[in-house]
Amino acid sequence: MALLKNGYLSQDELQKLPGVPTPERLAKGPVVVIECAQEIPCNPCETACAKGAIHIGENIIELPVLEEEKCSGCALCVAACPGQAIFVVDATYSETEGTVTLPYEYLPLPQKGDLVDGLNRAGEAVCTARVLRVVNPEKYDHTAVITIAVPKALIMEVRSLRRKQSEV
Amino acid sequence: MRETEFAIVGAGPAGLSAAIEAARAGVQVTLIDENEKPGGQLFKQIHKFFGSKEHYAGVRGIDIGYQLLDEVEKCGAEVMLNSVVWGIFENLDLGIIQNGKRNLHLQPKKVLLATGAVENALAFPGWTLAGVMGAGAIQTLVNVHRVLPGKRILMVGSGNVGLIVSYQLLQAGAEVVALVEAAPRIGGYAVHASKVARRGVPILVSTTVKEALGKETVEQAVLVSLDENWKPIPGSERTLDVDVICLACGLSPLAELAWMAGVDFTYIPQFGGWMPLHNENMETTRSGLYIAGDLAGIEEASTAIEEGRLAGVAAAESLGYLSPAAAEEQKTVIRKRLNQLREGPFGEARKEIKEQLAFGGGKWRY
Repeated sequence: MALLKNGYLSQDELQKLPGVPTPERLAKGPVVVIECAQEIPCNPCETACAKGAIHIGENIIELPVLEEEKCSGCALCVAACPGQAIFVVDATYSETEGTVTLPYEYLPLPQKGDLVDGLNRAGEAVCTARVLRVVNPEKYDHTAVITIAVPKALIMEVRSLRRKQSEV
Repeated sequence: MRETEFAIVGAGPAGLSAAIEAARAGVQVTLIDENEKPGGQLFKQIHKFFGSKEHYAGVRGIDIGYQLLDEVEKCGAEVMLNSVVWGIFENLDLGIIQNGKRNLHLQPKKVLLATGAVENALAFPGWTLAGVMGAGAIQTLVNVHRVLPGKRILMVGSGNVGLIVSYQLLQAGAEVVALVEAAPRIGGYAVHASKVARRGVPILVSTTVKEALGKETVEQAVLVSLDENWKPIPGSERTLDVDVICLACGLSPLAELAWMAGVDFTYIPQFGGWMPLHNENMETTRSGLYIAGDLAGIEEASTAIEEGRLAGVAAAESLGYLSPAAAEEQKTVIRKRLNQLREGPFGEARKEIKEQLAFGGGKWRY
């Protein structure tokens, strides 16, 4: 398993997870992608979801199962996940761009409008991304939730961002 | 000689939780810690914890620490800081040095040892150079004192400690040049690994540090790949420029007082080596002497909290503050939460061993 060798999921591994939406659901607009692949005792995502779209159940080691039709992409679960393994993607943002909403705990936070590097799961800069929204309420307890616009083809690739070196 | 009903050695997550449960039941509790502040390792844990709501899931360790301290204060337990317990004797009486000067002799009726763990070292040529540090020390420097020990870090070990400390170093502005793991797979939670991988930290399994180079401080690390028998592969060496080598090679129960108390031990690799035998009430082979947390086998802070609660309830019961029925009711709830934390591929083996320890046919067979 690539995940256990280099620390990140391959696309193949990703597609097998019960928390990952179908291509049909992705095409409809904002939805969560739960990149949780190990049975660890944890369920804050289920607790955080007001729509009842994430199911773990009594035995808290079960992998989170996404009931994709119920998910509105509200991103409440993104900051709640202690593993920072939940993202919201929106394939319908514009003709050419989609958005990725991700948890972010590095200071200083980027600002709305900033151009940043979009990083894939291996930490490689794969595009320039535009910061659309930075949400950081007290409830999220210092895990900012940031939405960036990326080329549409990369919404299932980009999972972090880095402020451009010249700005650091 | 001063007296108390229940002395707890170590004010980390296990000790604090035991103090809360016992004091709430009415027990006179004295909680002793050698540090100037209580909380053990909790105040270095700035990440959000796993589990469910009942296990403080989603709350950062530091905030769990504040919650527990608040509860300790409210429940009226006495907290004795800057106090080193240097001996435990025939009647469970404790020798304590306070503030490095005053000697105190304390006679408790029951004792809980919640002394925690000690980091394992890894020896290699150059390991005595300044800049080779334990992950615990780095966490203290970075998260408590806000001092970065270096700029270019090599992390050794991919257990949760190595992964989490790597992430915290990145947050503090250091570069983690690589994370090496001698085993052929990552040891800790994959979600922790993914957090550092997506920041560009290369995680190298079947790889270890062969040598540290430098005049007075670490300047370079030589890495080497390992074959399936964990033997270095000749010619696979490569050199990285680093100024810190952080060792996160596991923990062992900190058991000196337990050895001194003369309790029976067992060796369990999955729990970090030698640890005192204990039953389902966290009581050792010596009546009235309890253990909890990492001393009872290396696990997480969340399991330490539950074990501490269990020991606190059991001690309160044995002191007559809780009826057997009331105690059993509380213990059942706590054990259920503990078992939840020991489910799944990471916890199963630990759960089975703990059950064998407590109920394994003969009283103390393992």
